[in-house]
Amino acid sequence: MKPVLFSAGFRTLFAKELMRFWKVSFQTVFAPIVNALLYLVVFAHVLEERVQVYEGVPYRVFLVPGLVMMATLQNAFANSSSSLIQSKMTGNIIFVLLPPLSHVEIFLAYVLAAVGRGLVVGGGVLAVTLFLAPIPFVHPAWIIAFALGGAAILGALGLLAGIWADKVDQLAAFQNFVILPFTFLSGVFYSIHSLAPVWQTISRANPFFFMIDGFRHGFFGVSDVDPWLSLGVVAGTFVVLAAVTLTMLRTGYKLRT
Amino acid sequence: MTTTAAILVEGLTKRFGGLQALDGIDLEVHRGEFFGLLGPNGAGKTTLISVLAGLCRPDKGRARVMGHDVRTEYRNARRMLGVVPQEIVFDPFFSVRETLVIQSGYFGLRHNDAWIDEILEHLGLASKADANMRSLSGGMKRRVLVAQALVHRPPVIILDEPTAGVDVELRQSLWAFIRRLNQDGHTIVLTTHYLEEAEALCGRIAMMKGGRVIALDTTANLVGLMRDRVLVRITLAGGALPEAFAARRVSSEGSSHVLRLGDPCEVEPLLAQIRESGGRIAELSVMQPDLEEVFVQTMRGTLGSAEPT
Ligand SMILES: Nc1ncnc2c1ncn2[C@@H]1O[C@H](COP(=O)(O)OP(=O)(O)OP(=O)(O)O)[C@@H](O)[C@H]1O
Ligand SMILES: [Mg+2]
Repeated sequence: MKPVLFSAGFRTLFAKELMRFWKVSFQTVFAPIVNALLYLVVFAHVLEERVQVYEGVPYRVFLVPGLVMMATLQNAFANSSSSLIQSKMTGNIIFVLLPPLSHVEIFLAYVLAAVGRGLVVGGGVLAVTLFLAPIPFVHPAWIIAFALGGAAILGALGLLAGIWADKVDQLAAFQNFVILPFTFLSGVFYSIHSLAPVWQTISRANPFFFMIDGFRHGFFGVSDVDPWLSLGVVAGTFVVLAAVTLTMLRTGYKLRT
Repeated sequence: MTTTAAILVEGLTKRFGGLQALDGIDLEVHRGEFFGLLGPNGAGKTTLISVLAGLCRPDKGRARVMGHDVRTEYRNARRMLGVVPQEIVFDPFFSVRETLVIQSGYFGLRHNDAWIDEILEHLGLASKADANMRSLSGGMKRRVLVAQALVHRPPVIILDEPTAGVDVELRQSLWAFIRRLNQDGHTIVLTTHYLEEAEALCGRIAMMKGGRVIALDTTANLVGLMRDRVLVRITLAGGALPEAFAARRVSSEGSSHVLRLGDPCEVEPLLAQIRESGGRIAELSVMQPDLEEVFVQTMRGTLGSAEPT
């Protein structure tokens, strides 16, 4: 048997998932980029003079990696979760369930397409901010590693949530009460060193914190924790989510009655 | 040596909460058959098809498509099977052709354009090939579902009420196309509520009710089953119904009686006895049972004692 990544079934589903968001790129790519830039403009304008997180790094510059990562994560999640819930609601999920696709093929296709959307939006935000702030790129390899890892985690989480949710509002609840707080409290807008010790400890239980901290390390060469530790947390989180989601797909949880 | 069956189902059960949707189904569909699956709403037809397609996990029992277990050898089993679902579903993001190219790709077929064109042609979809799925009428969407089930040229094709909400013209052309596929060696399983359709197309028929197969035979035999129980309408112009046949009376209206006979040969003694008792026959008609009648009566579980329809 051919490796999964070369199977026509996987490649078709992957390409279909990419096409699905690309065909409506105004709302799936352009809108989130504008959204992130609004955050940048508003927060930078309000806080520029008052906050300095790292020595010699203006707040506006500090903010960029966090916003890029947040856009990447949210859009990766949105891609797989919305695709799944829409297919379930309209019933066209059967087009994916009837063919001889394995659970691994389905998993990888949805997750990698989500990574694709995350990177396109994140990359778009970064590209525009280059005109607005002098962004350093100290360790590009870390940047790429954490962008991929973070997007993959959220892609898998979106798939999991999309399989689990029976209605769009359940998905919205998941987004509002899980994804959003975890992202906002992960240090997108601040360094956790500016927090009281108890909140620092709590932040360290949040995998999103490690994604953003490691990502930021790639830009500035400074971070709250060692990027290797962050990478370990990111990898571990992905493995756990992948195992859960693959099991759901293999057993047909909520998809095959 | 016997060739493997197109579909083999053994001891299949499936419960949804308190509802026994499948209650021990055993069924074998031979290769090349045109097979009918009939039964009232909720009989379990779609559930049975879902098990074959891997959309539904049975509680007990096994199912094979062309010899491949639908669970343990799902890849091979699904390659062998094309399913036209009962509900109209579609992906609004794509055009008709894109839908079919994508569906081909899921089955590992990357250069399927010639066959896709042929299907589009036969289903009268050629002019709609580049139309978005959303813009199609219900009947057109259903044709695309048929096309999607055929992209990988499956040896076994299951159609779950494919003609619901479809106009006469498509019904004709669809059946011509499906017949041709059957003649080319494809096994066809069809569920329908149009009984004349099943009678005209299917070689064998299984009737389901309450999650069980309650009748399974050739279409000819099932019709014959009724033929052995001939209904005779007789109008007398004098005299009375012979005593010997009073018990056979199903209904009476003045001097017109409907009798159920166990055998067509009984018509002879009936007429003889009427003449002997001085009666005269004004009108006599023998009613031929059709499949609908077999169907309805089998469903009632009262074959042989039902009211005439
Ligand atoms: N996912 C499900 N959850 C709960 N009950 C179900 C589910 N699917 C089917 N059922 C029930 O199982 C029974 C059999 O349904 P099924 O769809 O197989 O019937 P059918 O013979 O196809 O009927 P129809 O002619 O109306 O299509 C019905 O009572 C139905 O309500
Ligand atoms: Mg049905």
